[in-house]
Amino acid sequence: MHLSLPLLLSVALFGIGVYGLLVRRNAILVLMSVELMLNGVNVSLVAFDVFWAEALRAGQSLAIFVITIAAAEIGLGLAILLLLYRMRGSIAVDEATDLREDPA
Amino acid sequence: MSDQSLLSPTGVDLVFALLALVAVASALMVVSTTQIVHAALWLVVSLGAVAGCYLVLTAEFVAWMQVLIYLGAVVVLLMFGMMLTRAPIGPSDDLTGTNRLVALFAAVALTAVLGVLVVDAFGSTMIDVSGEPSSASVMGEALFRHWVLPFEALSVLLLSALVGAIALSKSDEEA
Repeated sequence: MHLSLPLLLSVALFGIGVYGLLVRRNAILVLMSVELMLNGVNVSLVAFDVFWAEALRAGQSLAIFVITIAAAEIGLGLAILLLLYRMRGSIAVDEATDLREDPA
Repeated sequence: MSDQSLLSPTGVDLVFALLALVAVASALMVVSTTQIVHAALWLVVSLGAVAGCYLVLTAEFVAWMQVLIYLGAVVVLLMFGMMLTRAPIGPSDDLTGTNRLVALFAAVALTAVLGVLVVDAFGSTMIDVSGEPSSASVMGEALFRHWVLPFEALSVLLLSALVGAIALSKSDEEA
């Protein structure tokens, strides 16, 4: 199989994730886009692991680590979103403007 | 590397291409649908197709971890998040911001640059997917022989993240 086939899948998933990250207002959908980007990275990690095929299994081990970190990120992210919802009654990311500089 | 020619796709190639097509199409639905619950369900389809891609790439253990953790836990957590933040049921127009064109331009530019880079660098490289699949025993040996320290550090990270999540979502009344 071509190595570029899984790599192109990885690039496509990452690009779609970037689009969702930039365009979505609902913070849960933003988290989903982040998951898509992490999956894109994982596909390329696994593809390069099969390409090198060494005993360390570095790519697949890192892919498992990324999956674990994604689970931790979702847990913390949802807790933060719940706090945001409790404080403001909305999780639209463009309404959380506390840290924004005042428009001149 | 295998010695197959560049322009003769094998069955494995076709299966992978089909799964990749499903993954990309449902990922596009995730970022474009107007119903938030549908986005989560399309995410399940996309992540499941990616798990199938892992199986084709002989990464058996990663594929099952993907199914267990992503499809099992992460999507359910996202659904709980939707329920607790009273996400709108049914179509709603305010899920997407107003900067659609800018986002589209940024994403297409990034995808084009990375895609050209990948094809230019690895366009003629072949990988061999006929080897032994990395089952749980192979991955367990790799993880606990070579990756013990990162593994343990990661378990502490996961624990502290979940303790932090509980501490954050605890209501302030008894504090």
